[in-house]
Amino acid sequence: MADTTALNARLAPGPQGKKPRPILAPRNIMLYGALIFAAVYYLLPLYVMVVTSLKGMPEIRLGNIFSPPVEITFEPWVKAWSTACTGLNCDGLSRGFWNSVRITIPSTIVSIAIASINGYALANWRFKGADLFFTILIVGAFIPYQVMIYPIVIVLRELGLYGSLTGLIIVHTIFGMPILTLLFRNYFASLPEELFKAARIDGAGFWMIYFKIMLPMALPIFVVAMILQITGIWNDFLFGVVFTRPEYYPMTVQLNNIVNSVQGVKEYNVNMAATILTGAVPLIVYFISGRLFVRGIAAGAVKG
Amino acid sequence: MTGQANAGRPNQLLRNLNSKIASIPMILTAVVIFFGGTLWTVFYSFTNSKLLPRLSFVGFDQYERLWAAPRWVISIQNLAVYGIFSLIFSLVIGFVLAALMDQKIRFENTFRTIFLYPFALSFIVTGLVWQWILNPEFGVQSVVRSLGWTSFSFDPLYNSDIVIYGILIAALWQGTGLVMCLMLAGLRGIDEDIWKAARVDGIPMWKTYLLIIIPMMRPVFITTLVIIASGIVRVYDLVVAQTSGGPGIASEVPAKYVYDYMFQAQNLGQGFAASTMMLITVAIIIVPWAYLEFGGRKRG
Repeated sequence: MADTTALNARLAPGPQGKKPRPILAPRNIMLYGALIFAAVYYLLPLYVMVVTSLKGMPEIRLGNIFSPPVEITFEPWVKAWSTACTGLNCDGLSRGFWNSVRITIPSTIVSIAIASINGYALANWRFKGADLFFTILIVGAFIPYQVMIYPIVIVLRELGLYGSLTGLIIVHTIFGMPILTLLFRNYFASLPEELFKAARIDGAGFWMIYFKIMLPMALPIFVVAMILQITGIWNDFLFGVVFTRPEYYPMTVQLNNIVNSVQGVKEYNVNMAATILTGAVPLIVYFISGRLFVRGIAAGAVKG
Repeated sequence: MTGQANAGRPNQLLRNLNSKIASIPMILTAVVIFFGGTLWTVFYSFTNSKLLPRLSFVGFDQYERLWAAPRWVISIQNLAVYGIFSLIFSLVIGFVLAALMDQKIRFENTFRTIFLYPFALSFIVTGLVWQWILNPEFGVQSVVRSLGWTSFSFDPLYNSDIVIYGILIAALWQGTGLVMCLMLAGLRGIDEDIWKAARVDGIPMWKTYLLIIIPMMRPVFITTLVIIASGIVRVYDLVVAQTSGGPGIASEVPAKYVYDYMFQAQNLGQGFAASTMMLITVAIIIVPWAYLEFGGRKRG
């Protein structure tokens, strides 16, 4: 106990030489009490999800949702993954999972590739009018999607891409562009100007500088952008419903269809297993990326 | 940086050509989708398009019909209630959590991870979890009743008077972690000397927060406000997952109205009018902010 207090005082960057407080001071009890209370509230839904998904239906009907499972069963998970029904077809969430993978990977790559080049052009190769377009782009980030959905439907229909995966990838690229471009523009603008000048003097052109100098230096920001895009695209629901045909529905849409389908007996354990499965990918990304995620959302918060 | 881009001077258009080619996706998105698309929608909201957009103008007919529709009025009321409470609670909870986290606590990373993880989850997942927790037959209500308080009643998702608060609880669970993070970043940006000065003057801590720190964090608050507000206007997935707008039409929101009229009721004109109203709502929030933020300062 004693050495932790000392450690605490040593680590604290603030005013030095203050009288060290005992760990059980009323202030600390209040402080940690409040934090732990809040933490329990935030953790409760995750706990309920896991616990429910491991119970059998009879146990759910009898017990309360907070009690741990008496008899652990993984059957709901298997069912949610492979046999749960959405309307007509009964192949579970697996189809939605693979659709989401097929949507998320290319969308992430394409949107980041385009936005990083945009950001690079805006930071280092400004042309007349570039700022105007960029301003429109940033203001556009605040326009509700509903306003722009139908015009995009028409454009995609004209291109023959409406309902296809390619169409959805384009949509994700469009709506990811404001925040990603901002992210990359600010990052490239913060790099020392001399680097760029030196490369110019050595005769390197637009693409050469991008691929040989900027790209290797921007790896951290690429990771931030990837976190942002993977979680954002995986969690998308609206674009998935609007821009794809049912056979390409992403996991979120399929999850909603499974849980909120009206026919049949409600199987809460299967529903919760399905919910965890859908939330698993962004959660894993979140827990692995840690601080980078915080950086990503601080930058990406504009996206709403 | 603009200097060297303007250094060479052959043809106006060909100058910096690579950069222009590389910016084509951005230019197209900005001009065609964001600018053109928005104008297009506003323009067609004055037509009586049904299944397909057509150019037969009916003036403000769609808007009159919109405001006469009970479902739209309820949507707007819900958005107002949800919006006001969501703003107040997100800011208060977010700030209090951030202030607690800023007391040089231990396990800060653990706490932050816990408060923020819901933000990584989609609204669909959030809505479905809370649908289950608030389920009156098995959830919170039945648990409290089984503890002996048999008249306890808490079924927001099945009671049309309070359903919007059920959605609010879920939304706060999902979003307050983000507000906490933004506020914490703001608090960390405050000079330590301010705290020392306040301590020397013997000002109690809560008073320092209320009278000194919060006014100093005005920019952070405004940015957070804008972020929360533009998220509120868009709320859609959460309602779809948690209540599908029910019971009845008690938890409808504008974004859902737009989607349903555009893609299900095949009444495009109504959808366009409703989405234009959403645009106006956002403009009311954003324009003063943008004016305050960028109006005085010269950009670039």
